[in-house]
Amino acid sequence: MNELQFRNPELARALAHQLETLMKEIGREVSVMHVCGSHEQAIAKFGLRSLFPKKLNVIMGPGCPVCVTDVPEVDEGVLLAEQPNVEIATYGDMLKVPGTVRSLADAQAAGAKIHIVYGPSQAVEIARKSDKEIVFFATGFETTAVATAAILIAGPPDNFSILSAHKYIPPVMEIVAEMPDTRIEGFLAAGHAAAITGYGVFEEFVERHAQPVVVAGFEPLDILAGLVELVKLVRDGERKVVNTFPRCVSREGNLAAQEQLWRVFRPCGGRWRGIAHVPNGNLRLRDEFAKWDARKRFTIDLRSLWDFAPPQLANQCICGDIMAGIRNPVDCRLFNKECLPETPVGACMVSNEGTCKIWHLYGGIPDLSEVAS
Amino acid sequence: MCLGVPGKVVEINGSMATVDFWGVRRQVCLDIVDEPVAVGDYILNHVGFAIRRIPSESIGETLAYYETLLAEGDESDPMAADVLGEIEATTA
Repeated sequence: MNELQFRNPELARALAHQLETLMKEIGREVSVMHVCGSHEQAIAKFGLRSLFPKKLNVIMGPGCPVCVTDVPEVDEGVLLAEQPNVEIATYGDMLKVPGTVRSLADAQAAGAKIHIVYGPSQAVEIARKSDKEIVFFATGFETTAVATAAILIAGPPDNFSILSAHKYIPPVMEIVAEMPDTRIEGFLAAGHAAAITGYGVFEEFVERHAQPVVVAGFEPLDILAGLVELVKLVRDGERKVVNTFPRCVSREGNLAAQEQLWRVFRPCGGRWRGIAHVPNGNLRLRDEFAKWDARKRFTIDLRSLWDFAPPQLANQCICGDIMAGIRNPVDCRLFNKECLPETPVGACMVSNEGTCKIWHLYGGIPDLSEVAS
Repeated sequence: MCLGVPGKVVEINGSMATVDFWGVRRQVCLDIVDEPVAVGDYILNHVGFAIRRIPSESIGETLAYYETLLAEGDESDPMAADVLGEIEATTA
């Protein structure tokens, strides 16, 4: 174990030992799911899987916003980018995400103007200095959607609009929990998303489903402590919400942010790439903000793409099963062969928050048992 | 994209704050922060917006974790890249 990376290696060892004891008491395989790219990055970077008991599967679910952006949403971005007088601003990860025929990177190579931004304020700045139509292709979960909401409330310029592919996490947990062949027995919820929504948002979920929810932070120790709590709830068959990240998350959450989020966006059903149609899983602009809605401002004719068959390789991609927790990247015949970060077939290999990209970078399940002991 | 980055508020001008991230000073919007923020407070910035004020008792450990991430990773490391991107997301 890297002593520097765990600020308290003794505590890490104690937590790992507690997990081991709990799993022995349960005496069978247990699978739990987290829904956050940052959790997976920390698990992979700090080699946490080597500390997990063998029979505990910690699976990354649909926690990468870029990965679950659906093909038609990418197509909308590409078709907008190809319109005269329109320029797209978006997060860098979106460029290589495959659409039906072209990605944004393909559109850019063919002459479309794409601005890479790190946040919505930068997209607004570009619009203020431009005489073109600037469309911010907005992706991300509730933590990022609140920022998009705030810039619309602040009143961006007239040549600015939003193509919203924002998604909302709580409904997709219901979908995964209700999949007939799901083996997920509990969820680890992402701390900063819960800082916005409050952990109270999961209370309805545990009333309706058998899986408990534990809110956890992003440090290695936070993740281990969250897992100990979650496995304990699984052992005891308790359906409840436990917050192991109280220094950041409260029951009611950030009320100012929620107010702005729901003033601008309404939840509506839509497909998440590879997963399913998720009722209330997409965030779309309310009519009051239609002036800045790219879908209302421009004609986007997706039918022009319908004649194209999806590329052969894409049919073999199992990103959907990976994000649903049914299979691992190493179960995919394309992983690290045809599908690489430079030439991604599936969206999970594109983003730094995608399971396949993270496993590609860090080698999946490292065997660090010797160093950890 | 979920990590955010902590910084210290050095000046407030309406809804914008000048925030210091390890010597780099940037503008962060205060429109959606959870608690009132004053000069000297630490906030967590996510895509250019303060999403929460960091309670004083957890400032030390929060900064230490991010310093570990930044010290050990360059831009090829996803966590370090995420943190650097969060600083970039603010306005100059």
